[in-house]
Amino acid sequence: MKNIRIIPRLDIKGPNLVKGIHLEGLRVLGKPEKFAKFYYENGADELIYMDVVASLYNRNSLHSIVERTSKEIFIPLTVGGGLRTIADIRDVLRAGADKVSLNTAAINDPDIIKKASKIFGSSTILVSIEAIKQPDGRYLAYTDNGREFTGFDVFDWAVRVAELGAGEIMITSVDREGTGEGYDLELTRRVSEIVPIPVIACGGAGSIEDVKNVIVQGKADAVSLASVLHYGVVGKYGINDDFAEEGNIEYLKRGRQSSRVTPGKLDELKTFLITNKINCRGKGGKI
Amino acid sequence: MFGGLKVAIIDYGMGNLFSVKRACDAVSLNAEITNDRKKIINSDGVLLPGVGAFGDAIENLRKLDLIGAIKDYIASGKPFMGICLGMQLLMGESEEFGIHEGLKIFPGKVVKFPPTDSEGKKIKVPEIGWEGIYSNRNNWGNSMLKGIDQNEYMYFVHSFYVVPDSKEIILSLSKYEGIEYASSLSKDNIFACQFHPERSAEKGLIIYRNFAQSLKIGGNDDK
Repeated sequence: MKNIRIIPRLDIKGPNLVKGIHLEGLRVLGKPEKFAKFYYENGADELIYMDVVASLYNRNSLHSIVERTSKEIFIPLTVGGGLRTIADIRDVLRAGADKVSLNTAAINDPDIIKKASKIFGSSTILVSIEAIKQPDGRYLAYTDNGREFTGFDVFDWAVRVAELGAGEIMITSVDREGTGEGYDLELTRRVSEIVPIPVIACGGAGSIEDVKNVIVQGKADAVSLASVLHYGVVGKYGINDDFAEEGNIEYLKRGRQSSRVTPGKLDELKTFLITNKINCRGKGGKI
Repeated sequence: MFGGLKVAIIDYGMGNLFSVKRACDAVSLNAEITNDRKKIINSDGVLLPGVGAFGDAIENLRKLDLIGAIKDYIASGKPFMGICLGMQLLMGESEEFGIHEGLKIFPGKVVKFPPTDSEGKKIKVPEIGWEGIYSNRNNWGNSMLKGIDQNEYMYFVHSFYVVPDSKEIILSLSKYEGIEYASSLSKDNIFACQFHPERSAEKGLIIYRNFAQSLKIGGNDDK
């Protein structure tokens, strides 16, 4: 069995690491570079930076965060959010990203997947699919953090994305995102089984048990998680005044934990997975 | 520490070279991303990275008139490191979208992961992730892998792997979904790896330090 990747996802708004629920209602948690360094030193397999309000903010802020991060961490860094053109992709790779995540741009012009994977290599192009389950049970793809309806069926779109040359797919359940209710196992499994490329599960982790479930039952090739790890860091190191005074910082000031998730640490998570016979890079996990 | 020594990172339009440059920076190697043949030939060390399609890569190297430069550089005996596609290009030929001729530094071929494993289970391709590197031979300690433990994890992204005619040049093996393949090769002044040492955390940087060290030794020999 292959090694499953564990990928902390850091949502970024302006200069800050933020976390929302259903990709909305963002709370400021701190400086992304600090969390990134912490995760790198604690065994993260890759990192994802997602600029969650990219279209509203100046890109220079993101580029400088990426640049500072890439000088300190030597694991793959994927950057997404607001990348619309080949030039946008080139710029963020130049700043230090290893891969880019595309959603809106790919929906608007699926050919950009083909073009970008030809120019930068398939493995550089990750396509993010934001799925919302409909009352009739269908899963449809959305953009702009689950706000814009596209009419694309998630599974048809996933197959097409793979055919167009994407190196991997990140499937996010917008319904579960930030809720701590667990990953959408059916959604993840169906996408993972239908495409020949690796699938990263995203959205909903409330505990390390949920991570195990999405690997075993959801057939995820990699797992992205945010709240469980972020609140683990905040819980351990307390309130950090070192964040920019911008956005919703009430949560940090009050010093309250999220009631929806059980905070966890990367090394505990990996030990737990290895104990449950799931291979991953970690202590005791060597082949 | 290696200030006087110059390393060329060959830029032939295949993928993102900045992470390679940053790894060089991290071990104080003076590296430049370039496609200038003179600079390449006159370098103290050369890195050939790259991701993407084999056929496009060879075509780009041909257009940039770099094939001869790479062969001449390798023949000079100075340290050379091929990474990922840069390793595959050293082989005789690749079966990627038809047969393409490689640089023919190492006899052998480049083959694709099969769609299913020996039990018929579907294999996800590309392989993206961390795998252990290991060897049952004892040449590890004198190679670019010096200081790295057996079975240490490295980061891989690939759909193809190399099958050299000579097993003697295989430095390490790795396994994905039950398929064992050569994950690094070593012969004389050439080291080549399928994984990305620049994305393999602190253990990967050891390889860059070893490469830097080999430059120093190579440089001394010339004088």
